Amino acid sequence: MTVVGSDTARLAKADTNEPLLVVKDLKTHFQIDAGLVKAVDGVSLELDRGKTLGIVGESGSGKTVLSRSIMRLNIANNVINTGSIVYDGEELITKSSKQMQKLWGVEMAMVFQDPMTSLNPVVRVGRQLTEHLRYHLGVNKAEARSNAIELLRSVKIPEPESRIDNYPHEMSGGMRQRVCIAIALACGPKMLFADEPTTALDVTVQHQILNLLATQQRDRFMTMIMVTHDLGVVAGRADEIAVMYAGKVVEKAPTGTLFSDMRHPYTQALLWSIPKIAQPKHTRLNAIAGRPPDLINPPTGCSFSPRCPYAQDKCREEEPPLVGGSTPGHQFACWYPVGSKENEEAYAKNLADGVAVTLAAEGKITATEELTAEIIADLDLGEAVIDVSDPTTGEGAD
Amino acid sequence: MGRVLATRLARLAATLFAVTFLSFIMTSLLPGDPVNAILGVDAPRDEATVERIREELGLNDPLPVRYVNWLGNAATGDLGESYINRGQTVWGDTIVQRLPVTAQLAAMAIIIAVILAVPLGIIGAYRQGRWQDQTTSAGVQVALSVPNFITGIFLIWLFAVKLRWLPASNWNRISDKGIFENLKTAILPATALALTQMAIFSRLVRSDMIATLQENFVLSAKAKGLSDRYILFRHALRPSSLSLATIVGINFGALLGGTVVIETLFAIPGLGFRLINAINQRDILVIQGITVFVAVAYVLINTAVDLFYTVLDPRIRKS
Repeated sequence: MTVVGSDTARLAKADTNEPLLVVKDLKTHFQIDAGLVKAVDGVSLELDRGKTLGIVGESGSGKTVLSRSIMRLNIANNVINTGSIVYDGEELITKSSKQMQKLWGVEMAMVFQDPMTSLNPVVRVGRQLTEHLRYHLGVNKAEARSNAIELLRSVKIPEPESRIDNYPHEMSGGMRQRVCIAIALACGPKMLFADEPTTALDVTVQHQILNLLATQQRDRFMTMIMVTHDLGVVAGRADEIAVMYAGKVVEKAPTGTLFSDMRHPYTQALLWSIPKIAQPKHTRLNAIAGRPPDLINPPTGCSFSPRCPYAQDKCREEEPPLVGGSTPGHQFACWYPVGSKENEEAYAKNLADGVAVTLAAEGKITATEELTAEIIADLDLGEAVIDVSDPTTGEGAD
Repeated sequence: MGRVLATRLARLAATLFAVTFLSFIMTSLLPGDPVNAILGVDAPRDEATVERIREELGLNDPLPVRYVNWLGNAATGDLGESYINRGQTVWGDTIVQRLPVTAQLAAMAIIIAVILAVPLGIIGAYRQGRWQDQTTSAGVQVALSVPNFITGIFLIWLFAVKLRWLPASNWNRISDKGIFENLKTAILPATALALTQMAIFSRLVRSDMIATLQENFVLSAKAKGLSDRYILFRHALRPSSLSLATIVGINFGALLGGTVVIETLFAIPGLGFRLINAINQRDILVIQGITVFVAVAYVLINTAVDLFYTVLDPRIRKS
């Protein structure tokens, strides 16, 4: 099968060791009437060619803003972007919207969260698939159309020759997300951002879409950033995972390390919040107590401290730095990291003081190490199962 | 489709019945007697003559009878004759003669207004809150608050009196003098009418466009690296045009019966001009005929607009 949009020159360049993306101390602040929203507050990342980085966090943790900031999509009057984004040796942070237009679609593309709203309802799928192809690469109309049909075929849309003339509302959610992926792939980008690509889809389709992304990434040798609130989504698919909280990366590690040796209480809480298959019915979900912090006036010290069962006075006063763990590439920001003696002491102290009682009462810290192990066992941590053989599932009429 | 059409026709019939009945009652309630107008105000009132004329015109019949008679004739296409200018038929000598003039004025006004309003609305939305938006908004505010006869007077002063480029008044028919001479007399009154419309339209486009630009599909178009201009015109404009289409339809209908002031100012022999005359002279059948005609036009235009929605938004086609 030919891979539309890929080119051999790029695959050859993939041999270079220099990372495709280097983000240093990236900050995205929004100036609004209520104050300065620090949506992304000092994030540093490095991403090698062909690799996948998972960015995980709950709503409001800044993960979507981070991915859009890296792509420089939120350039507006009230947005303050600082830091450095070096993409393929090129600094992006100083680029204007106009300069970025040359990179968008061609070099980097994004698959958005909601396929119901990210396609234009009044424009046929075919034009949405080909307009940037024609705009950037100067492809003529007939050629663009045959490219588009090929793309639709590659994302496993049946009868692409007729589907290309559909309007988005004539397709199901799963099909629309396939179309969105095809649109993102059209110009053969090196870097793909997937912003919660499966959140708006039903579970049966989620798996197919994730596998489709994985095959396409492998076939085209793309580098990918996958943003999700679900650790389970990136568990078997990302090479590295960054956990975000309140606009900062609080833990970052190669995927295997993260699950075998997680150190940040927030990572642990995220994991514990995944429902377990073996759990009896009506088991309470291990939700994380409290709410994500106010990004205009974040709490002093560690921003997770108000919700953390291990938090001590030090946590509430002093912000922990992101430090390296025992494994290379593993970093976390916690004074009392999970699995340490200090952590156990802090927990015991909190239990004794009754500080953790409210958290415990809500069923927050009933989870144990055994639970961690069980949940990890449920997750598909091995090689991603490539199964896109049944694309028709979930394609009924809306 | 057949059912849709049937509903439409039923609605049209109901509208026409209501409009004609109400205008019949209203014109009959007006103080003053058409006979006076026919005889002239200063003419000595000879009761026998008055009675003869009243009998001839059917004015002695009770109101419902007169209405039913009129309705019966109208249904066969006979809208009657003017009371005042005897022998002048309402359909052939009034509407057929004068409608093209008013329709042309209204159409030109709407077209000029849309051509100006769409870019202004887009600029306002695209540069929301910045100087471009503030300037256009201020201009629109002025255009909205100046009555069209003031605009008309200004245009006459500037282009006819000062610059002497265009005639100050009068109307050249296309059939008499050709399109160019016709446009020379049409452009000023059409522009005067267009200004207010332009202001209304551009406000609608701006606010709809601001809403559209918040949509996810605009961000995804941006992430494809398309130019802003392309996104504005090819992605955002169509979903932002539904309110515009609605108001264009309504205002076009309104202009057909509402160009009176401008027609008077520019001495244009249009429908509105004639309507005012007829009202002053209690020329009931003329009033009635023009009213019916404008009502029909209104309903037809709005049907056309409804059909146009399906062009703008394919999602409407299914239902």
